[in-house]
Amino acid sequence: MRHVISLLVENEFGVLARVSGLFSGRGFNIESLCVGETLDPTVSTMTIVTRGDDQIIEQVIKQLNKVISVIKVVDLSDKDFVEREMVLVKVSATAETREEILRVVDIFRGKVIDVGAKTYTIEVTGDEKKINAILALLKPLGIKELVRTGRVAMVRGSKASTEPT
Amino acid sequence: MKKTGAQIIADCLKKEGVEAIFNYPGGVVLPLFDELHSASFRQILVRHEQAAVHAADGYARSTGKVGVALATSGPGATNTITGIVTAYMDSIPIVVLTGQVSTLSIGNDAFQEADIIGITRPCTKHNYLVKDVKDLGRVMKEAFYVARNGRPGPVLVDLPKDVLLGSTDFKYPDKVDIRGYRPTYEGHPGQIERAIKLILKSKKPVLYTGGGIISSSASKELTLFAERLGIPVTTTLMGLGGFPGNHPLSLGMLGMHGTYRANMAVTETDLLIAIGARFDDRVTGKTNAFCSDAKIIHIDIDPTSISKSVKVDLPIVGDCKRVLTKMLSLLEEEDTLSFKTGLEKWHHQIEKWNSFHNVKYEQKDVIKPQFVVEKICELTKGDAIITTEVGQNQMWTAQYFQFVKPRTLLTSGGLGTMGYGFPAALGAQVAFPNKLVIDIAGDGSFQMNSQELATVVQYQLPVKVAILNNGNLGMIRQWQEFFYGKRYASSSLEGINPDFVKLAEAYGAVGMRATKPEEVVPTLKKAFSTPRPVIIDFVVDREENVYPMVPAGEALNQMRLI
Repeated sequence: MRHVISLLVENEFGVLARVSGLFSGRGFNIESLCVGETLDPTVSTMTIVTRGDDQIIEQVIKQLNKVISVIKVVDLSDKDFVEREMVLVKVSATAETREEILRVVDIFRGKVIDVGAKTYTIEVTGDEKKINAILALLKPLGIKELVRTGRVAMVRGSKASTEPT
Repeated sequence: MKKTGAQIIADCLKKEGVEAIFNYPGGVVLPLFDELHSASFRQILVRHEQAAVHAADGYARSTGKVGVALATSGPGATNTITGIVTAYMDSIPIVVLTGQVSTLSIGNDAFQEADIIGITRPCTKHNYLVKDVKDLGRVMKEAFYVARNGRPGPVLVDLPKDVLLGSTDFKYPDKVDIRGYRPTYEGHPGQIERAIKLILKSKKPVLYTGGGIISSSASKELTLFAERLGIPVTTTLMGLGGFPGNHPLSLGMLGMHGTYRANMAVTETDLLIAIGARFDDRVTGKTNAFCSDAKIIHIDIDPTSISKSVKVDLPIVGDCKRVLTKMLSLLEEEDTLSFKTGLEKWHHQIEKWNSFHNVKYEQKDVIKPQFVVEKICELTKGDAIITTEVGQNQMWTAQYFQFVKPRTLLTSGGLGTMGYGFPAALGAQVAFPNKLVIDIAGDGSFQMNSQELATVVQYQLPVKVAILNNGNLGMIRQWQEFFYGKRYASSSLEGINPDFVKLAEAYGAVGMRATKPEEVVPTLKKAFSTPRPVIIDFVVDREENVYPMVPAGEALNQMRLI
């Protein structure tokens, strides 16, 4: 099952290696990983998307908690949460497809952020389903390049799940 | 007051109560050696950095304090790896200090540069590269704190040369606050109550205890607990000495070379109470057959150990000693008499297994290795610190030496490091100059760190090494006999071993040899009364095997008994 895990970590060199090394050393898979500073510049958030059965996820979370530079671990999959990912897509744009591309981008509330002689570069933000849906529509039109940020996520409501305890 | 990085480290080591460090110098750490030259604690120059870490580890295991090793950058640092992983696998608190090239040269492939932080990231509990001398005091304080608290383990601190030479205002912090490191010591009260209920309902319970009993100094509490309820106790290799081996409730060691009764008991039990043990594959055998009909309670300070390889029914995260103390106080209100009498049938069954098979050997005209171990145990009355190498020597020691006190067996359990025993003995002897410290070795293993003969002679450490010399890499030979059609690839040392007596003498140690059974006791007596390092070459049966043996990956009740 897919899990979205949110971590608070010390904002110092080597922490990403500690976390990613933990996954690779045990053969756990990382689907996406996103890191950024929080309001407190000494702390960063990492959002990791991973897959595994309950036993693997339990080990992943325990192992993450064991890393001394990790301050807090929250498995968002147990909670009601929102997630977003941004993608940049470079699509071939010919006389026949230009209109269609713009229509798709409009429906998905994306933006064309760069126009070339034969391409559009599109920015779209959304959850996994939305991103997959627009990519499925753009694919037949000719995707030349695709860059994804990886997912960021947060619990719904007024409570902050990642406040350091 | 302004101090240099080197002075700060010397101060920190003093503040942490360090009495001895094991080291080997090199270019970039010379500023630190220069400073330590006038320090009050002992400094032992080893002959290989791996031995420095094993010695620090032996010091830590025998005393319960943090052991300290110091090596230079590059090859000095990479040589420490086996020692670090050995300590990591067995949860031993040590701090390893390594030199590093100057911060400006890091990453430039400078002379004797190695990314030791990257290399040791997966095999240390934590590690630090100190980039600014201002951080040094805090890092040293944290390093000792992390090494000794929670589940203990090795911590490495990498010290660039310019950090050692730089200076800053220094005050050693009195407190540590690491927001990402808050181990749980007290077990959950509800879980502890549930555990007691589950135990009192069981009919065939077994206590399965490991190294956690020793690292949390919980031997007394464990013994009281076992006696209070009359529950039999089996220990892992790491747990030997944590429960007295001569106690009527002791089942001995379990696992691949465990006793028949211990392995049968954990196969048939209805409630396994695991304390400070981690269900290692050498203990469980085939995991889905391990305690398959039993409920399992697991008490451990490290949550990652729980339900890692075997699913646990009732986990309690906490310090073994505190949880056992809590359980004992809860039991005060319980009437345990009927529970105890209810176990009579179970004890009777265990007794039957015991009379069916116990570890044994027959001493004929060639010296049996087990005989040597048994005599060492008899002559020392168990009052000695025993280290082992890895392989048959280690298993015979576990089977035939009765360990009654914690911290008397120092052995590499998790990593299984050949060459561990001799430098570990050296470290223990530094901690206990007046105790008898004996390394029970194999002819193969001993040669993996025999260069330390120079160290024990230099510092007059009267370590005794009993080599069970069978002219073979014995455990390899045993596996080849059982599982590889008796094709003895690269396992015979017959005729190519050095003369161990002459080897000892070449270094200035004492060498002795026994070739006949009747020579064993007199030779041991002579060695034990010699106040110098002694190497004893026991020429033993070449083809003796360790029994019982559960073949790797099989269920624990599938033992080869002969």
